[in-house]
Amino acid sequence: MIRVQNLVKTFGNIQAVRDISFEVNAGEIFAFLGPNGAGKTTTIKMLTTLLKPTAGTVELDGLDPTVAQGEARKRFGIVFQDPSLDDQLTAYENMELHAALYKVPRQVRKERIERLLRLFELWDRRDDEVKKFSGGMKRRLEIARSLLHTPKIIFLDEPTLGLDPQTRNQMWTHVRKLNQENGVTVFLTTHYMDEAERVAQRVAIIDHGRIVAQGTPAQLKAQTNADSLEQAFLVLTGSSIRDEDATSLDQMRSIARMFSGRR
Amino acid sequence: MNAIYVLWVRQLKRYVRSRARIVASLGQPMLFLLALGFGFGPIFRRAGQGSYIQFLAPGVIAMTILFAAIFSGIELIWDRQFGFLKETLIAPVPRIAIMLGRTLGGATVAFVQGLIVLVICLIAGFRFHGIAAVPAAFAFMILIAFMFTALGTGIASVMSDFQGFQLVMNFLVMPIFFLSGALFPLSNLPKILDVLASIDPLSYGVDGMRGSLIGLAHFGMTVDIAVLLIVTAIFLSAGTYLFSRIQL
Ligand SMILES: Nc1ncnc2c1ncn2[C@@H]1O[C@H](COP(=O)(O)OP(=O)(O)OP(=O)(O)O)[C@@H](O)[C@H]1O
Ligand SMILES: [Mg+2]
Repeated sequence: MIRVQNLVKTFGNIQAVRDISFEVNAGEIFAFLGPNGAGKTTTIKMLTTLLKPTAGTVELDGLDPTVAQGEARKRFGIVFQDPSLDDQLTAYENMELHAALYKVPRQVRKERIERLLRLFELWDRRDDEVKKFSGGMKRRLEIARSLLHTPKIIFLDEPTLGLDPQTRNQMWTHVRKLNQENGVTVFLTTHYMDEAERVAQRVAIIDHGRIVAQGTPAQLKAQTNADSLEQAFLVLTGSSIRDEDATSLDQMRSIARMFSGRR
Repeated sequence: MNAIYVLWVRQLKRYVRSRARIVASLGQPMLFLLALGFGFGPIFRRAGQGSYIQFLAPGVIAMTILFAAIFSGIELIWDRQFGFLKETLIAPVPRIAIMLGRTLGGATVAFVQGLIVLVICLIAGFRFHGIAAVPAAFAFMILIAFMFTALGTGIASVMSDFQGFQLVMNFLVMPIFFLSGALFPLSNLPKILDVLASIDPLSYGVDGMRGSLIGLAHFGMTVDIAVLLIVTAIFLSAGTYLFSRIQL
C-alpha cells in the first residue's frame, strides 16, 4: 500500500530524513516511532503531498503522490499532529465542509456524516461550535472527518497526544475496529510505546532521520532482549533527551485574543 | 467551483458569529465620522468647501472596507497557526480555488462592513445624490474590497506568524489610508503629497465613491474604474502566486 525507497528530506543544512526505505502492506496497522525531531512528521508530509522529497521515491496505493497529487489525496485521510479544525464552526459544519472539499456525493453525505459522528460519540454535540469541545472530542472529530471520504489509508500523527487514558483506549478501539471491519490501512505515530505494542502489527523506529529497526513488536523485543517495546525503543534510540524548537504559538494566541476577542 | 462556494460560506458564517469583531470594527469609523466630521466641519465650511460630513463619509466607508479587507486577508495567518489551513491545502482541490474562495469570502465581509458604515453615515446626516448613485458606489466598494483582500492574502501568505503584522499596519495600511484623500480634498496639494496620493490605489476608490455618491471626482470616474480594475487584477494574481507557494 505504501512503498518508500531511499527517501531524503533536507531543510537548508538540517537533514530531517536521511535515506529511509520501508513498506506498509494493505490492511495493516503500521506504527512509525521515534523521539522528538526524529523525522516522523516530515516523512508523513512527504507521503501526503505536503512536502516534496529532496530525493527518493514514494508510492501510495500504486500512485506517485508527487505526480498524481489530486488522485492520491482522495485515497488517504490524515489527522495532523496539530489541530486542523475550524473552531468557529460546529462539528457538523466541519464535516460538511470536508465532504464538499472531497466531493463526497450529495446522496450519501448526510447519512455518512451521521454514521461517523455516532461512531465517535459526537452526534449529540453535532451543533456545538468546536471551540467548546474538549481535547478528546476535537481529536475524535478529526478522526471522524478524516474517514468521511472513505480513504484506503489513514495517517494518524500522534492522535492520542494530550488525551487521558480512557479516551486513548477508546480511540485505539475505534481505530482497530475500522481496520478490521473496513480494511483501512493505518499509518500512525505515537510516543506511547505500550499503545504501539498493542495496536500495531509492525513498527519502524526512526532516529535522527534514519530507520534504526523495523519488524513486529515481538521481533524488536527479541532483537534487543527487551521485555517491552518501550525498553526496546530506549535501547535502539539511546536515552539522551532531544532538543525541540520552541514555537511562537502561545504568543500568537495572545495576539489573536487581543485583536478579535475570540479564542 | 464547489470548493470556492463552501469556503465563501465558511467565511460568512465566521463573520456573523464573531459579534465582537463586528462591533469592534465599527468603533473606528464612527470615531472618525463623529470626531473629524463634526470637529472639522466648521473650518471646512469656512474654507468654502461645503459640508465636511458629506465629503468625509465616502472616505470613512472606504477606510472601513480597507481595514476589513486587509484583516480578512490577514486571517490566513490565524488559519495557518491554528491549523485549519492544512485541512484546505491537503484537500483534492486546486490551490487557486482555495485562494479564490477565501478572497471572495473576505471581500464579501469587507463589503458588508462598508454597507453597515454607509447606513451609520446616513444616520449621522450624510445624504447622497439619489438612488441612481447606489449601483456605481457599490461597484467601487466591491472593487476596494477585492483589491485589499487580495493584498492582505498575499501578504499573509509570506508571513508565517504575527511578527510582521504591526509592520504591515504601520508602514502599509495606515499610509494607504491617510494618503488616499479619504480625509482631505486632493486638489491644490503640495507636490510630494500629490504624487503620493496618486500612486495610492485607495485614492481612486475613495474618488470613485465620492464621484458616484456626491458627484465630486478628482481623477474622474473612468480613470478610477480603470486604475482599480488593473490594480485589483495585479493584486489578485500576485496573491494567488504567493498563496500557491505556501508550504506547511
Ligand atoms: N519546515 C521546516 N524547516 C526547517 N526544519 C524543519 C522543518 N520541519 C521540520 N524540521 C526539522 O526536521 C527535523 C524533524 O522534524 P519532524 O517534525 O519530522 O520530527 P518528528 O519526528 O515529527 O518529531 P515530534 O515527535 O516532536 O513531532 C527536526 O529537526 C525539525 O526541526
Ligand atoms: Mg511530529
